Formats: sequence, C-alpha cells, structure tokens
Amino acid sequence: MFEQLAAYMQYPFVRYALIVGVLIALCSSLLGVTLVLKRFSFIGDGLSHVAFGAMAVAAVAGITNDMLIIMPVTIISAILLLRTGSNARIKGDAAVAMISVGALAIGYLLMNVFSTSSNVSGDVCTTLFGSTSILTLSELEVWVCIILSVIVVFAFIFFYNKIFSVTFDENFARATGTRVSIYNLIIAVIIAVIIVLAMNLVGSLLISALVIFPALSAMRVFKSFKSVTICSACLSVICAALGIIISIITPKGTPVGSTIVAVDIVVFFIFWLIGFIRERVR
Amino acid sequence: MAQLSCQNLTLGYEGKEILSNLSFEVNSGDYLCIVGENGSGKSTLMKTVLGLKKPMSGKVVTGDGLLQTEIGYLPQQTVVQKDFPASVREIVISGNQGRCGLRPFYTKQEKQRAAENIKRMGIDNLQNRCYRELSGGQQQRVLLARALCATQKMLLLDEPVAGLDPKVTADMYSLIEGLNKKDKITIIMISHDIEAALKYATHILHIGNEIFFGTRQQYLDSRFGAERGLL
Repeated sequence: MFEQLAAYMQYPFVRYALIVGVLIALCSSLLGVTLVLKRFSFIGDGLSHVAFGAMAVAAVAGITNDMLIIMPVTIISAILLLRTGSNARIKGDAAVAMISVGALAIGYLLMNVFSTSSNVSGDVCTTLFGSTSILTLSELEVWVCIILSVIVVFAFIFFYNKIFSVTFDENFARATGTRVSIYNLIIAVIIAVIIVLAMNLVGSLLISALVIFPALSAMRVFKSFKSVTICSACLSVICAALGIIISIITPKGTPVGSTIVAVDIVVFFIFWLIGFIRERVR
Repeated sequence: MAQLSCQNLTLGYEGKEILSNLSFEVNSGDYLCIVGENGSGKSTLMKTVLGLKKPMSGKVVTGDGLLQTEIGYLPQQTVVQKDFPASVREIVISGNQGRCGLRPFYTKQEKQRAAENIKRMGIDNLQNRCYRELSGGQQQRVLLARALCATQKMLLLDEPVAGLDPKVTADMYSLIEGLNKKDKITIIMISHDIEAALKYATHILHIGNEIFFGTRQQYLDSRFGAERGLL
C-alpha cells in the first residue's frame, strides 16, 4: 500500500491535492468552534450556496476570472448574516436558510436558462460535490490557496483572544470597551474566504461538515477553548489527508469531498464514545 | 462629582416608552439596589448604563475618574455559555480584553491580575476546570472574577443570585458586601430580592409605575416601606 502511495506521490496533481486539502481543512476547522457556539453551524452551507449562485452569474455573464465576483459577493453575505446576530427580526438560522436556498435556486435557474455548456447537470454536480476539481488544480491555484491559508491562520492567531471574548460574551466585551462589531466583521470575512477556498475541495454541499465536524468532535473530549481549537485543527488536517489518500488509492476512486466527510463522521463517533465513557467512569 | 449620573432618562424599545423621566446618581462606594417588577425596564436600564443601548432621551454621564468602559458587569447566563468549552482561567483573563486595543496577547500584569482575582473569589482550586461543569454559584464567582479584571471601580450585577440555593445565595451576598466594604467598589445590583436589598444596600431605586430613588432609610420611611410593614 505504501509503495502504491509513493508511486502516486510522483504525480504533481496528487501532491497539489494533498497540500490544498490539508490547508483548507486546517483553516476551516479554526473558526468551527466559534460558529457552532454562535449557533451558526449552517453558515458554511448558506455562504457556499451564495458562492454557487455568484459562480452561476459569473458563468452566464461570461466572466472568465469568476473569483472577482464570488469573493466579494460571499464576503458581503457573510457580513450581513453575522451582523444581524441576536437583535434581528429574522433570526440567524432563518436568515441563513433563506439566503442558502435562495442563492442555490437562483444559481441553478440561471445555469439552466443561460447554459453555455452541454452538460448542465454534470456542471452542477461538480460545484455541489466538489468531485474532481481538486485533482485538476493548476500550480497558480495552489499558490493562491497557500497564501490565503497563511493569511487566515495568522489572522486567527492574532485575533484569537478577541474571538474568544466576542464569542463567549458579546455584551460583556462590548460593555468593557472591546470593539465587538469590528471583530465580528473580521470573523465574517475570514469565514467567507475559507468557504470560497473550500468549495474546491468538498463542493458547496459538504462545506458545513468541514467546518463543524472537527469542532464538535474536539468538544466531546476537551474542556478548554485552546485545547478544543488545537485538537479540532489537528483532527481536521488528519481527516482531510486520510480522506484524500483513501479516495486516491481505492481502485474505483471514491469522490474526494464525500470521503473526507465520511472520515470526519467516523472520527466524530470515536470522540463521542471517548467522551461518553469518560463521563461514565467519573 | 458623582461616579454615575442618569439625567432625565426615557427608556424603551422600538419607539415604545417603558420608563420616563428617570434621574439618579451613584457616588463612589455606594451600594445601589435596583428593584421593580418584571417588565418594568430593569434590564433596559442596565443596558443603557453599560452603553449597549441608547436612551430615547436623557443621558448617562460618568465622572469621578470613571469611564463608561470601566463598569464591570456580571450578566445573567446566556445560552451560548451553557455549553462553551472554556477553562476558568481563560474566562477570567478575558476580562482584560477591553484594555488590549489591538494588542493580540495578554501582558504579564494582566495574567497576574487574573490570577489575583481568581484567588480573591476563592476559586483557585477550579482554575483549570471547564466552566460548563461548575455549579451555578461557582460559575457566578468566575464571572465576578472576570468583571473584576475589567474594573476596580464599579460593578453592575444583574440578578447575581438567580437560581442559586439559599446557602450559596448568602455566600454570594457576603462576597459582594466584602467587595463593597473592603475594596470600596461601587455596586449596582438588579434584584428581585427586596429583603436582601434592604439588608445590604445604601440606596434603593425602585422602578415601575412609580419611581423612587433614595437612601435605604428614605425608602423604609416612604410609602413602599409602609406597604412592606403592612405585609
């Protein structure tokens, strides 16, 4: 098996996939804890559907570099969604659901009506499930991904203590002079960037899994914010690497995105079991 | 000059008035209890004092060297905190955040300060425990230690004994009394518990259909006090 793996490593596309996969998994797990606790588990889904809609618009308008549309549209949606927070008339979950299905529907509609390619359902399936696009990355895309990931990780470390305060108790933070709205804005931008990145890897339907599973697994076992964050980052990286390797070496070639999520699910159950047993023993 | 003075406040939300023409002052070292029925606007008043909400008219002025961001605050528990994976130390040190500005990490003094306040609240044996596994009384002490990291001057407590059993409630009250008497920290407490309010407070603010503000003795001599005597 290892020889087989070593043989595959000769190909640049396998190396690219592993690098990009691991980096994206790392970034997406970082904010997972915050999102789960802020009751925004589904924001990954919502935003990625927005990105899907934006991608459809870009395709219809014939814009070749669709990042120019996808990134700003997704960032703006993220800011709007997270800003509504606790005081909005339409609550967080409803707002996310509304934007999510709305963007998905419009995107699919546009792709059908103004289709330029002959295989619409194939295209849609690819964007929704990621499928093979991670195996067809160009060197440029890999570099963009590396740079954005480094920025995300450094931003997270830099704002770590502020993210903690804002997540744990927004009112207290605001009352004692922390500029909460700015940090909420930063969190929203980081999330949007991560999601647009992650669309390549697992597609827009499965992004939420990448964001929340490692955080939920880590929360079963670890008790402090720091240990949960570190554990979920490690878990996410390991699961992504495993998932990619499995999907490459299985004879039939399983789809990358869903394989990673499947590994995440298995790990979640293992951690749930550990947490359960520890509670019983005490 | 008073540490905190509210001048002709009108409070409400979405254009609906719930309290009008409210004025009171709090001086350094005071222990003010805010009492009133549910829905009388206690928590709206609290949010206004903390600067989380703008009053519909009137203003909140801080003085005597107190900045608005130096009011430490003990909130009621939120849903988010019920399953938040955080250690006691992480929560207490986050009380220093307001002072950090853009600085990403806590300084040595801030860590020291957190450690001192943990000791002061008698929870040093729980330092590394997970917040969500603590009892209600222990959680309140953690949040109080955090509030003390944010201020040394004024604490605003929102029903600090809600849901605690009588023994823990008594401990909590004497802890707060100690902060007021020994450390000269001004206390503003929102409370349902008029008995305790009359026992510890120096001043009472009663809000509702009728507004009363005065010292404890004035309150006892007033119509409210007389009513209590009848009960």
